[in-house]
Amino acid sequence: MKAFEYLFQFLVFPGFLFSAAVGLLAGWVDRLLTARVQWRKGPPWYQNFADVIKLLFYKETVIPAKVSKVIFLGMPLLALAGATLVSTAILVINASPKASFLGDLIVIVYLLMIPAISLMLGGFASRNPLASLGASREMKLMLSYELPFIIAVLVPVIKSGYAIKLGDIIMSQSVNGHIIGSASGAISFVVMLLCVQAKLGYAPFDIAEAETEIMAGVYIEYSGKALGIFKLVKAVMLFVLPVLMIILYFGGIASDAEGFVRNIFQYILILALIVVIKNTNPRVRVDQAMGFFWGPVTVLAMISVALAYLGW
Amino acid sequence: MGFKEKILTKSIYAFHVSSGSCNNCDIEILDCLTPRFDLERFGIVLVGSVKHADVLLCTGSTNTLCVPRIKQLYEDMPKPGFVVAWGACGSSRGMFKDSYNTGAPLDEIIPVDIYIPGCPPKPEAVIAGIKKLLDKVNSGK
Ligand code: SF4
Repeated sequence: MKAFEYLFQFLVFPGFLFSAAVGLLAGWVDRLLTARVQWRKGPPWYQNFADVIKLLFYKETVIPAKVSKVIFLGMPLLALAGATLVSTAILVINASPKASFLGDLIVIVYLLMIPAISLMLGGFASRNPLASLGASREMKLMLSYELPFIIAVLVPVIKSGYAIKLGDIIMSQSVNGHIIGSASGAISFVVMLLCVQAKLGYAPFDIAEAETEIMAGVYIEYSGKALGIFKLVKAVMLFVLPVLMIILYFGGIASDAEGFVRNIFQYILILALIVVIKNTNPRVRVDQAMGFFWGPVTVLAMISVALAYLGW
Repeated sequence: MGFKEKILTKSIYAFHVSSGSCNNCDIEILDCLTPRFDLERFGIVLVGSVKHADVLLCTGSTNTLCVPRIKQLYEDMPKPGFVVAWGACGSSRGMFKDSYNTGAPLDEIIPVDIYIPGCPPKPEAVIAGIKKLLDKVNSGK
């Protein structure tokens, strides 16, 4: 019976179906806001669902000659599994903090890397020069944002009494107030937001799939079902990363109605921030991105850790 | 009109094939995505890779050098896919009909679904053409 419960949690709620649906809706909010910023009308709400259903069920999947089918077609699935596992884990832990185990935050940080890594491998496997270029850019981008991301995650850990457990971080925030309220928390929130921007592959850090220079980069050879699955991965990530930020900085998803409405506003706020950054910044080069993340952003993250250590 | 046709008409990824056009038609494609006409509200977006495409927008007078490439792009496009002959050149080679290097019009190279006339077509003509394409998809052919 336990197995069925886990399977349900992974596939339906709060796992795959739920997070993909919310993520696709969030993707529509992103497209709508982008259109409004550009003074356009924007697509209807079901646009992303139509795109994904079309790709998954009605389009042919073209496999390039001489690629390794296992890697080429397996990587989208691995990425989806990684992203879905994170969404299941953080929401289950949020609902019952007792399910938290020692070091689950580390597991989640690792799992969040899986989509990027599989995207990279899929790009290298597709035997296309532009895809390889995109994959190598993705790799450099990953090296640059992971460092400040991990340092920024340390702040909630220090603030909640060195607990590397999501459950304890949520509990301590309900006692001591939200981490975003402190100076160190606010700084590390900003760092985290920039890293999330890069993790999602949004402008100004969309160097791995730059439409105008390397066409679609890593996605260039993907079509049909495989591309549809990558779109779902993006949707799940768009759901998971802001929720992780809400858990780490705003005290988690509340169970009462009032708190839940506040959570929805927080989610939309984070989403809107990401979309506004995306629309007001031109794409950077890969060396600029690396310099930016390893320079000012890492320094900022270290300052926030120092402040958290001093108790601010 | 079944569910499949509904989905196919609601989400259209277009890929731009230029085979020796004078660049006016290509600018006109971009014009259709600008705020005044905004084709994205019908779910039409321009994609960078032919492997993502549902529709090939073919501009230009199909000169001899481009013929094998057009064929290859058509074969690379995942099916179901549609072809739009864009502008006078795309439809019939236009004023380059008797040129030494334009051997055949587009519809003798690959099957063409609809034609959008004009030199270059106005965005209004494009939207009328898109409507024709959607009707064609809806009729299930
Ligand atoms: S149809 Fe006219 S505008 Fe378009 S490519 Fe030909 S000559 Fe240029």
